[in-house]
Amino acid sequence: MLKITKTPKCYVGGGFIRSESGRVAPLSDASGTFFANIPLCSRKDLRNAVEAAAKAGPGWAARNAYNRGQILYRLAEMLEARAAEMADAILLGGGDRAQADREVRATVERVVHYAGWTDKYQALLGSVNPVSSPHFNFTVTEPMGIIGMVAPDEVPLLGLLSLVLPAITSGNTVVALASTTQPYPSILLGEILATSDLPGGVVNLLTGQRGELIPTFATHAHLRGLAAVADLEERKILQIGAADSVKRLKLISTETPTDWFSEKLQGLYEIRDHLEAKTTWHPIGA
Amino acid sequence: MQDRAREFAVAETLDGGKPIKESRDFDVPMAAAHFFYHAGWADKLGYITPGRTLAPLGVVGQIIPWNFPLLMLAWKIAPALATGNTVVLKPAETTSITALKFASILQDAGLPPGVVNFVTGAGETGSAVVNHPLAAKIAFTGSTHVGKAIQRALAGTGKRLTLELGGKAANIVFEDAPLDQAVEGIVNGIFFNQGHVCCAGSRLLVQESIADKILAKLKVRLKSLRTGDPLDKNTDIGAINSQAQLDRITELVTSGIHEGAEIYQPNCTLPEKGFYFPPTLFSNVSQSHRVAREEIFGPVLSILTFRTPEEAVEKANNTHYGLSAGVWTDKGSRILKMSTELKAGVVWANTFNKFDPASPFGGYKESGFGREGGKQGLLDYAQLI
Repeated sequence: MLKITKTPKCYVGGGFIRSESGRVAPLSDASGTFFANIPLCSRKDLRNAVEAAAKAGPGWAARNAYNRGQILYRLAEMLEARAAEMADAILLGGGDRAQADREVRATVERVVHYAGWTDKYQALLGSVNPVSSPHFNFTVTEPMGIIGMVAPDEVPLLGLLSLVLPAITSGNTVVALASTTQPYPSILLGEILATSDLPGGVVNLLTGQRGELIPTFATHAHLRGLAAVADLEERKILQIGAADSVKRLKLISTETPTDWFSEKLQGLYEIRDHLEAKTTWHPIGA
Repeated sequence: MQDRAREFAVAETLDGGKPIKESRDFDVPMAAAHFFYHAGWADKLGYITPGRTLAPLGVVGQIIPWNFPLLMLAWKIAPALATGNTVVLKPAETTSITALKFASILQDAGLPPGVVNFVTGAGETGSAVVNHPLAAKIAFTGSTHVGKAIQRALAGTGKRLTLELGGKAANIVFEDAPLDQAVEGIVNGIFFNQGHVCCAGSRLLVQESIADKILAKLKVRLKSLRTGDPLDKNTDIGAINSQAQLDRITELVTSGIHEGAEIYQPNCTLPEKGFYFPPTLFSNVSQSHRVAREEIFGPVLSILTFRTPEEAVEKANNTHYGLSAGVWTDKGSRILKMSTELKAGVVWANTFNKFDPASPFGGYKESGFGREGGKQGLLDYAQLI
């Protein structure tokens, strides 16, 4: 039977896109055999993805916390259902099957972990504040908006979702550049996201060259925050560009290795990285 | 500090020009309260981050503005010390007196030498603080322009940063609001500290049906404001902090007139010597006017109107800033809806310009990031381990 070769596409705005530039980059498997052409997304693709994220933002942030939790849990189910295929996708970049299986397993668990956080982080990060004047004063957290993300090249699935999950847990939307060297797991992840109940545009995944896209991530004024795993030069570009619109930055250096499997890289304080605190005052009186 | 409250209030007013009743009743007691509040946190940090431990960052460089010299010092130093950091703080070059006097309090209090250090000077000194290789974190309160420059300067250094920058707060008055209280809140919102307040309610958004009534009430109220000698305890509006700031206010007010907004200033005699600016209202302001977009940092209020709550939210959020906002209405559900939709770090409902050490303060968008006050503020001075 003739093998049907696949044209991988990026998941943007709930649909599957080729790069508007028409560019692709060939991807080979671990043995060096051609596997597929991966979209080489352009700055224009990034701007389009930000627009998609902007459209999805208010609706996603307005979902109630229970609903967001259920949707994330469903995402874990969808990922679990295609675990073997995802492990194959990771294996394209080399390594052994046990390692790939372990990465998929850890990712599924991380999705479930965040599914449980949606209706709990607020109670821990917010507060009622005992001010000295006769006012009722309380602090709640809110999502920042659209967060731009640059995933690490290594650990292409767990690394990417470890950045994405804490942001969407609270109602942010995301535009993420997947691993440049191992992009295929993000293509498959897009297909899995499409079958989860996550509304289109909440997570937008691009493939392409870090060097091309990082300057636009840095300066795009509609991105309210950035989370990037980056080397020193990239971190400089990101922070200098981010200053123009006072973006919130979460920069993880590539010079010191990150253990993406560590439980310290998940949870409440990762969620907090993409939140604003809002404090409301009201007089107490008749 | 409480023992020396009078001395500090007089020093603050002499140095910066704010009315003595404000330095006496607000700046000094609030600064003391900040230290007391944060002192209590020092042995309870474990309760702030369940599951994790807070550890100090090291040396923190802090740069503060001239509008609330002693209070901003307290906002900066108190949380930094409570979390175990050491501090190098640069007060503003036009208002360094109370910081230097405060150093003697630290001596009397027995704070170990080197834990808190003051360096005075202008921008060059500030950049020495920011760029010093030993600084683990920079905390800055000041203009958005300088805040951005600091964020750029820190690129690639790995230093932490919190910024509390400018604002252009919308103060939104609905037709069902208690109007007399709202007028007092509007006046306090913009004329407190001569409007040298980053969270000043400088854009008044009034529902169209009550716009004329509010404007008439405001004009009457402005006539009774006393502008003049900051050391007179009856003074409502004191001196503008510097010639440079007076020039900036004058320039923006001139632009407001040229762009077609309608100006109102009450007849008041200003002292001949010193920097003064009368309380000023602009009505018929549109969103594109500079007086509606730029931070004036002076006693100048721009009045715009709206018809529906949706329009109010859209106009209020139509700014690069996001520090604070005000909402005046009798309807509870509307307050909560507005508070949810306004992109601002502090929302005052049926009140304005209220502050407390227990209440986190800080901005959205280009008003900066990080919070000062409350348990949230402490997290910005510590690392999680």
